[in-house]
Amino acid sequence: MLELKQVGKSVGGTVHIHPTDLAFEAGCFNVLLGTTLAGKTTLMQLMAGLEKPTIGNVHFNGADVTGLPVQKRNVSMVYQQFINYPNFSVYDNIASPLRVARLPDSEVKRRVGEMAELMKISAMLDRRPSELSGGQQQRTAMARAMVKDSDLILLDEPLANLDFKLREELRDELPKIFAERNCIVVYATTEPTEALLFGGKTAALHEGRVADFGPTSEIYRRPASLTSAKVFSEPPINIARVVKKDGRIFLNDEIHWQADKALSDGEYTMGLRPHHVLPESAQKSDVAIKGTVKVAELSGSESMIHFDAFGEDWVSLSHGVHPFESGQEATLYADVSTCFYFDGAGKLVAGGPVSEEG
Amino acid sequence: MARISLSSLKHSYLPNPSNDADWALKELNLNWDDGGAYALLGPSGCGKTTLLNIISGLLNPSHGKVLFGDDDVTGLPPEQRHIAQVFQFPVVYDTMTVYDNLAFPLRNRGVDEKTVGERVSEIAAMTDLTEMLGKRASGLTADGKQKISLGRGLVRTDVNAILFDEPLTVIDPHLKFQLRSKLKEIHQRTANTMIYVTHDQTEALTFADRVVVMNVGEVVQIGTPEELFETPHHTFVGHFIGSPGMNVIPCKIDNGKAVLSGVSVKTSNKAATDVKQAEIGVRPEFISFAKKGLEVQVTKVSDAGRFNIVDAILAGNPIKLLVPEGSPIPSETAHIELKADRTRIYCDGRLAGLEGAA
Amino acid sequence: MNKTVNQKAWFFVLPVLILVAFNAIVPLMTVVNYSVQETFGDNVFFWAGITWFEDVLRSSRFHDAMGRQLFFTFTILAIEVPLGVIIALAMPRKGIWVSVCLVLMAMPLLIPWNVVGAMWNIFGLPEIGLLGKTLNTIGFDYNYTRQPGDAWFTLIMMDVWHWTSLVVLLAYAGLVSIPDAYYQAAKIDGASSWAIFRYIQLPKMKRVLTIAILLRFMDSFNIYTEPSVLTGGGPGNSTTLLSIDLVKIALGQFDLGPAAAMSLIYFLVILLMSWIFYTVMTRNEEQ
Repeated sequence: MLELKQVGKSVGGTVHIHPTDLAFEAGCFNVLLGTTLAGKTTLMQLMAGLEKPTIGNVHFNGADVTGLPVQKRNVSMVYQQFINYPNFSVYDNIASPLRVARLPDSEVKRRVGEMAELMKISAMLDRRPSELSGGQQQRTAMARAMVKDSDLILLDEPLANLDFKLREELRDELPKIFAERNCIVVYATTEPTEALLFGGKTAALHEGRVADFGPTSEIYRRPASLTSAKVFSEPPINIARVVKKDGRIFLNDEIHWQADKALSDGEYTMGLRPHHVLPESAQKSDVAIKGTVKVAELSGSESMIHFDAFGEDWVSLSHGVHPFESGQEATLYADVSTCFYFDGAGKLVAGGPVSEEG
Repeated sequence: MARISLSSLKHSYLPNPSNDADWALKELNLNWDDGGAYALLGPSGCGKTTLLNIISGLLNPSHGKVLFGDDDVTGLPPEQRHIAQVFQFPVVYDTMTVYDNLAFPLRNRGVDEKTVGERVSEIAAMTDLTEMLGKRASGLTADGKQKISLGRGLVRTDVNAILFDEPLTVIDPHLKFQLRSKLKEIHQRTANTMIYVTHDQTEALTFADRVVVMNVGEVVQIGTPEELFETPHHTFVGHFIGSPGMNVIPCKIDNGKAVLSGVSVKTSNKAATDVKQAEIGVRPEFISFAKKGLEVQVTKVSDAGRFNIVDAILAGNPIKLLVPEGSPIPSETAHIELKADRTRIYCDGRLAGLEGAA
Repeated sequence: MNKTVNQKAWFFVLPVLILVAFNAIVPLMTVVNYSVQETFGDNVFFWAGITWFEDVLRSSRFHDAMGRQLFFTFTILAIEVPLGVIIALAMPRKGIWVSVCLVLMAMPLLIPWNVVGAMWNIFGLPEIGLLGKTLNTIGFDYNYTRQPGDAWFTLIMMDVWHWTSLVVLLAYAGLVSIPDAYYQAAKIDGASSWAIFRYIQLPKMKRVLTIAILLRFMDSFNIYTEPSVLTGGGPGNSTTLLSIDLVKIALGQFDLGPAAAMSLIYFLVILLMSWIFYTVMTRNEEQ
């Protein structure tokens, strides 16, 4: 178990990571989700020992490893840019950490063979990285990271530079590959879909702070804060200011709906995921919203409609092809039963989809 | 603006190509209408960038002709073809302000300052750059710089086509979404022919009216996003488009009908009578759980937010199905139903019963 | 990223430290020592305080030498930098001729400096030198051993021939690093070659040009060997640059005090001017 206790990092006068408490366990994917400058890479470097925290401690299996340099820890890292030794063959690349550890050649051979088999690059063992495709280079880098049998494997957006389809493929394979091992896996990504598909636990990061941490499904379905909901939504979550009074929630004078009794009167920010705003009404409780369509993106199987309503830019994501012209007036339907309500401080007070098994 | 035609176009980077593999682009004939939005979609190495460079004039094809309207432009350099190109990473003139950057192509062509001012304001408004006009171009973020690159192409009135070479590659993921819909919006307003090269299907399918799917130097299928999604002519297209892609399951053919594990499967097309082995292609969206039907073993359920992806084994083959959020998913053994009109037989990878080319 | 702190590294560095201390720091301290003392020989020293410094700074001889030096440095910078950039622009960026051009450009830099001086010395001789003879035949009355103007001309020509290559190679490195897409985009924008130079190439070369200018400035201010071999500071003292003057005082006249003071002033002047140059050039970059 890897624990970060009040770990923070400041460089110069700027705070890159605010004091954070996190605990990662082996056996599941731990995802760090956030935008590019949210602090994912810095956090990973702190976990690995490549950077020393300005404040706080890092504990591994109970022992304080904060001051321990990375060479003494049993850590592997995979980067976004496929980092391999350019002059070594694939075999030598994968074998390098084992050779540094001075394992006997027969052992090296066996383990490299196993790993190459697992990563499906056995046919490439005597080639150089420059002769391989992007996907194969990244597999080599991953093989090298995993052959060491480290306690902690950090993957910093490893699929970001790969083709769309290749990303899908590897995304499918990775959990299977890591399922057998007993190590702590921490995976950084900017895509909420990836975090969801991996399952496990997710930490939603924003501007150096952890907005939320917990089992991925839960964080997704019950974001603790507005920030967390925004981080964990693609396309971006639709928000608007609402007021609750007299048992109803008012978006503006025309648009209002029945409120949950538990919610007290006052102002709130509502969050509604784009796939709950549809061009057609699905159930009676749906609220009609009139707006002007800015652009409709049709992908053959889905429609993403950007529209302007009550002064906000909202997005609707639906199955099927729903062609709309730019500038067209349209009515879309919001499934308000799935709305989140956040108070002035951005904390979740109510809402979430109809309960379902996690 | 003009119609773009490619006639008997072939290209090889080698001086004496001898076999198929030496050709980066195999023979193709394409016609693009004036004012359309097209995408060249395919994995890395499929030849899409080569094709784009031939259209823009940065590369001279080894065979064939490029015609703009009725003019043969094959030998003409880029500046004489009246095209604009947006590259993978932003190209801006660092020392100039945003205004001067946008004005540059017009000033080079001797346009008077008044017209320049009008055009630049118009384009700046369209690309949301109006507030930045006075700033130095080097100070903008990557997406701002790409907008400038785009703006320089839009500001000219003599442009036949605007070509995009994977323009969103360096953009932050959460800004990609905005810039993508902005590109679509701009296309609808300006009616320029736009050709967009990418490996990302979301970008291609949401942007283009028609998509050219390429693989290994060949055009595999051309169609609207809907056509490509609903009726892939080739298992490659079926697999490449859609996330997750189409399921391809080997089957036996009995008298033109598909047979899987001894059970006859209803499909929308028939195979030729002399065929014995083929494949069934069906998208995960069109498979549902049922009380009776083909038997499968459910191996994994992933939560993708608005739906669940279920991995299962059908007759020894891995398949995926999409189940909407909230629907029950059986565990272990279950039965599935394939939607007949979306299930198709593919012989040798091609849609059975399809005559001729795409 | 923090590199691991390894105390053993000091042991690797120690021998070099000792060597440098011996060869540089100790002699430097000796000079400082001399600069504040007066001696009449026989190792008898009297404290002189800042006398020597005052003397040097007030002497017209020093002012003249400084004036000549500044003229020299700024003239060669004005010639070498633009010329270097022009040549770098003309050099091919791809193909086999690249290596040929690079070798040709590197050659002047490889010649030992006193050989350079000797070459131009003979080259310029009015009777037997190729340059000298040609110029005189054409009609110019050229004799660098007699006429200060001709001496300056030859001195500057020699330096330009010797050191422009450095600017060329640095500027070329900067140019080559510009991705093709910039040129393609400029072509598509309809930009003329001048516009391409002004808006793409020059801005991208700014960093390397800063380094080139700084290097040339420091080196030319320090220059000794070539002018010494070429003209010896003559005719008269018309080409006596600062370093030559310094050596004359220190070794010729054996006035260690003033010589030491002058060296220190010289050192500080170069330091100051380099710092100013650098700050001015990099501050523009940060804007």
